[in-house]
Amino acid sequence: MAAPLAFFGLFFAYPVAAIVGRGLKTDTGWQFGRIGEVLSRPDIAGVLWFTTWQAFASTALTLLIALPGAYAFARLEFPGKQLLRAVVTVPFVLPTVVVGTAFLALLGRGGMLEELAGVRLDTTVWAILLAHVFFNYAVVVRTVGGLWAQLDPRQEEAARVLGAGRFAAWRRVTLPALAPAVAAASLMVFLFTFSSFGVVLILGGPAYSTLEVEVYRQTAQLLDLPTAAVLTMVQFAAIGAILALHAWTVRRRETALRLVDPGRTAHRPHGGAQHTLLGGVLLTIGLLIVAPLAVLVERSFDTPGGYGLGFYRALQDAGAGGGTFLVPPLEAIWNSLQYALAATAVALVVGGLAAAALTRRGGRFVRGFDAMLMLPLGVSAVTVGFGFLITLDEPPLDLRTSWILVPLAQALVGVPFVVRTMLPVLRAVDGRLREAAAVLGASPLRAWREVDLPLVRRALLIAAGFAFAVSLGEFGATVFIARPDRPTLPVAVARLLGRAGELNYGQAMALSTILMLVCAVSLLALERLRPDKTSGEF
Amino acid sequence: MSTTRKIAGAALAAALGVTTLSACGGGDAKDKVAGTSDAPKSKTVTLVSHDSFNVTESVLKEFEQQSGYTVKVLKSGDAGAALNQEILTKGSPRGDVFFGVDNTLLSRALDNGIFTPYEAKGLADVKPEYVLDSEHRVTPVDTGDICVNYDKAYFADKKIAPPQTLDDLTKPEYKNLLVVENAATSSPGLGFMLASVGKYGEEGWQDYWSKLKANGVEVVDGWEQAYNERFSGSAGGKKAKGDRPLVVSYASSPPVEVLYGEPQPAEAPTGVATGTCFRQTEFAGLLKGAKNEEGGKALVDFLISKKFQEDMPLQMFVNPVTKDAALPELFTKHGVVVDKPENVAPETIAKNREQWVKAWTALVVK
Repeated sequence: MAAPLAFFGLFFAYPVAAIVGRGLKTDTGWQFGRIGEVLSRPDIAGVLWFTTWQAFASTALTLLIALPGAYAFARLEFPGKQLLRAVVTVPFVLPTVVVGTAFLALLGRGGMLEELAGVRLDTTVWAILLAHVFFNYAVVVRTVGGLWAQLDPRQEEAARVLGAGRFAAWRRVTLPALAPAVAAASLMVFLFTFSSFGVVLILGGPAYSTLEVEVYRQTAQLLDLPTAAVLTMVQFAAIGAILALHAWTVRRRETALRLVDPGRTAHRPHGGAQHTLLGGVLLTIGLLIVAPLAVLVERSFDTPGGYGLGFYRALQDAGAGGGTFLVPPLEAIWNSLQYALAATAVALVVGGLAAAALTRRGGRFVRGFDAMLMLPLGVSAVTVGFGFLITLDEPPLDLRTSWILVPLAQALVGVPFVVRTMLPVLRAVDGRLREAAAVLGASPLRAWREVDLPLVRRALLIAAGFAFAVSLGEFGATVFIARPDRPTLPVAVARLLGRAGELNYGQAMALSTILMLVCAVSLLALERLRPDKTSGEF
Repeated sequence: MSTTRKIAGAALAAALGVTTLSACGGGDAKDKVAGTSDAPKSKTVTLVSHDSFNVTESVLKEFEQQSGYTVKVLKSGDAGAALNQEILTKGSPRGDVFFGVDNTLLSRALDNGIFTPYEAKGLADVKPEYVLDSEHRVTPVDTGDICVNYDKAYFADKKIAPPQTLDDLTKPEYKNLLVVENAATSSPGLGFMLASVGKYGEEGWQDYWSKLKANGVEVVDGWEQAYNERFSGSAGGKKAKGDRPLVVSYASSPPVEVLYGEPQPAEAPTGVATGTCFRQTEFAGLLKGAKNEEGGKALVDFLISKKFQEDMPLQMFVNPVTKDAALPELFTKHGVVVDKPENVAPETIAKNREQWVKAWTALVVK
């Protein structure tokens, strides 16, 4: 527990506290008067209100649309399942400006929706909500589905044998077991949408603003640190309230569950209901996730001389232009992968240790720690980035120009995923199994390896996938941290989009397509690492 | 509990693995050592800039060979964010020279005292109108104009003349044609707002925007969206079925459309309304507390050397500030000369910026 505490203290709490303190403290002392001043501004109240309700609406909509998907991925066997699971995670890595383009092509003026149904959704709040579902679908599918796949279906079957109806059995047996994972997923989606930045900027138009957008504007553009500090504290308070609410609703202990190998719980769909459900899920994924991605792929091939590989070839020549502006795509991919691998390793170590500590211990302090680990999801990247600048500036910790700062910042966002994905599974492990192993003479390490690891390994891989995808696509923190000239794929895409010219636009689309591929292939490779069929036996 | 400790052991091993990995991660580890040791003369000079900084590699190499310094470039965010980071790290900068503060932000930089005065070698070659700081805390490096661009094909099809001035944009024949960027979040957006302040004065610019709004101006958040999605004259805009033939962009955008056309067109598909422009000048300065002051001075000299000045146009799509730097053919053939750009004094901008942006937001966005 000491290691994750130190990590969070040094790379999160200290920098954020320092930048907030810088904003509120002047030569004449603390300026707490600023808090009331900022809070009484009507525009800030409006921003807070919009931020909150759109986050609630986005979370509800995401759960509604993605829970059937979680079931289908957990319990049904269908061709292309692994590939599709990787595909739904792809949105995570895409720069929002790229996704915004794709969404506008579907929902905006002259888009598919207008042609088919005569409806335009751009600059309405619906575009924001749907984009949030697009981004967060994988959170629900992976977090809830991961646990669902390991629940022993025989418990539900037993309830039905004992006379419970299908729905009653699900509600009394499966739902309580899933509750912690559903709560975790909702919480993450809520925090992501509460601190939504790019989606709101691009799809909402300038009329909509979230707290995160305001913090960015005040810090990065206006350098009004006092206002930014107050807004950051408001954001903290709001997130704190949500985390408290979360802790209160899931206060009841997760019970030990009978976890089994996921390979044994999934089966081919049978019966009309299951086929309809699977069809519905596939249709939803097709329309909501695959279609926008397909638009980008289509544009990457759509050269002036007809469809072809022109833009990809141009990327190949990028290094030959002689400027420092572009990097050859292979180099950008390699940069991205290095950062993402390092960030994933850090997130797994820190998050894994934290999850283990949280499982073993109880009490108020630990619950507070639990909540603290979630905070990075709701704190603005610009706050953390600027905090790094003013705190990590002295040897031995003058990391401001070191490349390691990028994966460290990215890991901050990855850790909550690791903790949230692993915690339900770790808590569900029946302690008696461990005791039994100990009684039979196993050392604690052996007991952990033989009992916990096989059950946790799957959750670990799911968590790793998340942490990896988050770091691969991370843009905000990466941009605010000075780095040696080693742009990642999202940074390279942003640079290309920042220039006029057909070739630049086409190359941005081609590079985005490559980013999607790298993400999907990496996640598929991770899935392959899944424990084989026999390792679930004990 | 002991189990936890075992996991901690394994984790520590993994963490060490990460450290080893990072040691293999390229030359940065070496740089760090060089940076922390107090060598009397460092061989590395660090340039901090925004994301748009760009230079031809061979030009940079030549400077490195002649001066004996190795140049490290740190890019961090857009121009505003990059400057604010320098202000925050004042006294303990990450590099030796900062490049990329423009006239809209100049006063903020000077008031915060982040630069050491240095009169660059070759300053005599710089056109005097760009030297805005008599104490030489900053040196002008490039200049460019933010202007309304138009889609030539649209206006040819409709047989109407494209607009030329700010006044034109409020005329009925240009109703619902213009898309601009949010002045609160975008640098061209801010520049265009300042063009209106320059033209109509602190009293009259809001009135102008009321007319623009009545004439159907559309506001989007950033340049990427305005240019690549809404503007009908760009490649992205065509694919995204953009229907606005007027957009706020740069005077250098048409040459860029030619350079990155596929294949390169004989004539630029877009044009510039030369009476709608705001002139931006970008400066560089030696950072106070620079570890390598000598190298920093050499780097500032390099930025206004003929070699760099002539390289800039095709790398960053801006104009040189020195008298004798020749423009590339692409600029002379497809670019425009903006004779009377609008301008507002840096001090006036610094004093009113926030209040203007607020008024603009209330007037145009809400």
